Amino acid sequence: MGNEESVFFSRVLTELTLSFHIIYATIGVGIPLMIMIAQWVGIKKQDEHYILLARRWARGFVITVAIGVVTGTAIGLQLSLLWPNFMELAGQVIALPLFMETFAFFFEAIFLGIYLYTWDRFENQKKHLLLLIPVAIGASFSAIFITIVNAFMNAPQGFDLVNGELININPILAMLNPAMPTKVSHVLVTAYMTSAFVLASIAAYRLLKGSDHVYHKKALFLTMKLGLIFSIATAVIGDFSGKYLAEYQPEKLAAAEWHFETEEGAPLILYGVLDNGEVKYAIKIPYALSILAHSKPNAEVIGLEEFPADEIPPLYIHYLFDIMVTIGMWLTLLSFVYWIGTMRNWSFIQSKWYRWLIVLGGPLAIIAIEAGWWLAEVGRQPWVLRGIMKTQDAATTSGHVDTMLVLFAGLYLALGIGSIIVLTRMFRKNTVEQELIDREIEKAGDKL
Amino acid sequence: MTLELIGISVLWLFLFGYLIVASIDFGAGFFNAYSIFRGKQHILNKIIKRYLSPVWEVTNVFLVFFFVGIVGFFPKTAYYFGTTLLIPGSIAIILLAIRGSYYAFATYGELKQKRFAFLYGMSGLFIPASLSIVLTISEGGFVTMEDTGPVLHYWTLFTSPLTWSIVVLSLTAVLYISAVFLTWYAYKAKDKPATELMRKYALIWAAPLIITAAGIIVEMRYHNPEHFERLIDLWWLFGLSFLLFAGTVYLISKRKRYGLAFGLLSGQFFLAFFAYGMSHLPYLLYPFLTIYDSFTNEAMAIALIIAFIAGLGLLIPSLFLLLKLFLFNKDYVEGKRNDFA
Repeated sequence: MGNEESVFFSRVLTELTLSFHIIYATIGVGIPLMIMIAQWVGIKKQDEHYILLARRWARGFVITVAIGVVTGTAIGLQLSLLWPNFMELAGQVIALPLFMETFAFFFEAIFLGIYLYTWDRFENQKKHLLLLIPVAIGASFSAIFITIVNAFMNAPQGFDLVNGELININPILAMLNPAMPTKVSHVLVTAYMTSAFVLASIAAYRLLKGSDHVYHKKALFLTMKLGLIFSIATAVIGDFSGKYLAEYQPEKLAAAEWHFETEEGAPLILYGVLDNGEVKYAIKIPYALSILAHSKPNAEVIGLEEFPADEIPPLYIHYLFDIMVTIGMWLTLLSFVYWIGTMRNWSFIQSKWYRWLIVLGGPLAIIAIEAGWWLAEVGRQPWVLRGIMKTQDAATTSGHVDTMLVLFAGLYLALGIGSIIVLTRMFRKNTVEQELIDREIEKAGDKL
Repeated sequence: MTLELIGISVLWLFLFGYLIVASIDFGAGFFNAYSIFRGKQHILNKIIKRYLSPVWEVTNVFLVFFFVGIVGFFPKTAYYFGTTLLIPGSIAIILLAIRGSYYAFATYGELKQKRFAFLYGMSGLFIPASLSIVLTISEGGFVTMEDTGPVLHYWTLFTSPLTWSIVVLSLTAVLYISAVFLTWYAYKAKDKPATELMRKYALIWAAPLIITAAGIIVEMRYHNPEHFERLIDLWWLFGLSFLLFAGTVYLISKRKRYGLAFGLLSGQFFLAFFAYGMSHLPYLLYPFLTIYDSFTNEAMAIALIIAFIAGLGLLIPSLFLLLKLFLFNKDYVEGKRNDFA
């Protein structure tokens, strides 16, 4: 196998692993917070429905977290197996957050085990809730540390490169790179947002499938409210991300927005197709790109013409950008209308079609996460470490990457199908109504 | 102590942790499958499940810690081991993934099929086997440097008696460690039949363990004489380790102090593992890579060590809490409470 093939298959395998892992990882970061909020509301309101909600989410969470852990182990090792040259170089500067991530993960794993197996052990329920805090903190910090590594790949700093040697290395400075603040906050709030919409989607589905229990209505209202809050946060941070890109990775912004020529008062291009280098059928919002990039309608935005042809990311990332932003805006609208509608008793938000839209929201949020990560990773090409090392120079020289790709594809297929089967069986066998009777739950309100 | 030595000691310590907790886990899966096969499932199933449920996720972290840490402290290992280990490494990941997720599926999703229990039990033997190959490769003689980079020669590797001896050692160690631990755990759970069964397994696997371990030292004389000499220089550590081994076997066979027996076993493996590690130094991959020429820069090393100390400050109390609530909680161990979500 020639090395071009090794590079190609290494990229495909990494993309496959990350695309699969990110579903479970995103849920894994967000759900502990959702469980925490539900349990807290339950204790506060003395409403056992919320407590049971937390309990059932926790049970499902174990399955997704297991897949998250094993695929996370896979990507952790694959970094060294598929990208040995990259890890050898980057390891010298950015190993610290990777190392800290294992501690965060360790911390989370220990307390998750404790939390799951101490549900009825304490008289005071607040004590049990306390055990969940390290789980949520560990999960979020895992995301923070790993995203710092990814931010470093986009905006490396904290070292000097002299004659191919790295000197003056400062691990802390490398962690505090300019891409870090926007990237970390974007990853965190979108994880919370996605988790909220996935859980809302499940509640809406139960309501559609014949159960009119107030338990599901409470679950739906709570998750839609949380979804709305985190959607708004996502939009605000998205704006900051645009400003970061304009300053530090202008080629990524320009490629994502199909902004070819440097100009003042640049319009934002939404949708459209690229036909022989010409943008067709697009919506152009005047001055919007200048505002996104520099907060001023007349500011100058650097176009792709200023970069050498072999350092421009593939232009299809614009479609990924469109998908991500459209879904983000759609979910904000959906949850906003639901929230207002609940306050003002609009009947259509209880209708079947609206609930189906909410059901659709969960998978859509996951698609937005995927599109966002592909945008982030493909948008950095041809670099693995921007300005320092190209992807083609980072890959393994070993053959057989194609065989490994087949093996891993089979693994992820089995894990994906297995997790869906197990999760549906777990909850179908033990319905909410049945569990409410089994646990003799009485202390619960019959209103939202 | 130099920074290089501190770094490798930290990593070796976590690998030792993995060796113990993972062996218990792997062995438990195997014994469970074996008892289903022999129609004695009722004896072991509950004990094993009770021990593993709250801790299974922690086991994996020890391994992750080791391979993330080694790239941090010794970035060049990513190049040498990363390039050569693509196939064995990938196979180990896939087996670990199947095993970990199946465990969650079976325990929480009530996916109970004999077929899966067998696969689960077998994976617990294949994983240590595939991981132990890394140690074999590090002894040198299986990797050459070509123009494209380091290349692993599979034929030489799989026809070497050293490879297979180390594989056998890893398997006997897994079964022995697990059996001794579960004897103690079953005893604490006041489960007589399980204690007796595990005690029997512990005694059965003791002799094969010590024979393969001694055999490997002899083989090293031919495979890597330089390493053999350094092993012999540390004979007293191996001797002490053997005494602890004898102590464990004595206590188990006399049905006395199972807790102490497991403590002695931990000591036995600790001494042997560190004696082996010390004799391996300074090489990480003989003869290409030593801890000195692969070491990261000083700033990173110090940052990692500080992070490690801070991390331990967080982990040790947490691990202690975990043990207190489950391993040393009488009601939990005896199966009087479960409290699962």
